[in-house]
Amino acid sequence: MEEASVYELAVPARFENLALIGDFIAGVARRAGFDEKGVFNLQLACDEACTNVIEHAYGGGPGQIRIAVSVHPDRIQIEVHDTGRPFDPTAVRVPDLDAPLEERETGGLGLHFMRSIMDEVRFEFGEGGNRLTMVKRRDP
Amino acid sequence: MDIQIKQLKRASLVKISGRVDSSTAPDLEKALKELMEQGQFRIVVDMSDLSFISSAGLRVLISTAKTCRRWNRGDVYLASLPQHIMETFELAGLTRVFKIFPDAVEAIGNL
Repeated sequence: MEEASVYELAVPARFENLALIGDFIAGVARRAGFDEKGVFNLQLACDEACTNVIEHAYGGGPGQIRIAVSVHPDRIQIEVHDTGRPFDPTAVRVPDLDAPLEERETGGLGLHFMRSIMDEVRFEFGEGGNRLTMVKRRDP
Repeated sequence: MDIQIKQLKRASLVKISGRVDSSTAPDLEKALKELMEQGQFRIVVDMSDLSFISSAGLRVLISTAKTCRRWNRGDVYLASLPQHIMETFELAGLTRVFKIFPDAVEAIGNL
């Protein structure tokens, strides 16, 4: 089996670093051969994941986000690691996408994007911190 | 992200360029709030040079549109959405609730 190529980035958990993270994801995704739609969507999923970490895991306080992207022949895997508070995805309300604008709640869209774009989204919480794993398979 | 605002007779034209994420969305929110505080509730948003928008940016547009629509005094009209941005709006179920135009000229013409 072909070995994965792994790319890593560690940055302080601050909103101003989201653009840097986006550039990193876009660069790896392009190198892995994803088309521009795929590149955009991977950036979006990762942006939402990292926003959650900054906002909820660290509550806006100091911390690090570590991102590891593994490129496999059949898929790309993005792991987002933090040492903040565990995130309970079941506590996030699923947004009602059919509601009229006046009744739209503004939360829950980020997780919805992650789950819609990626083929797998897994949250794991342990003593070493929290790990979110997102997998996108390549189009056959 | 860069924001340019032009006052037209019937609306405010807001051109957003670059990247709207959790870092830049507060600046967009501030600019749109200032417009509404000045009594501008018909806002055309030109997205032709928008390269990226996350849910943080969508939240700003949703809350702005809610405020503008109160008492039928206006709305947020979206124009020139690049394809990936349009797909993000579709993913969020927002293409049905926003008025979306091919370009700013057409949006303004339909006010």
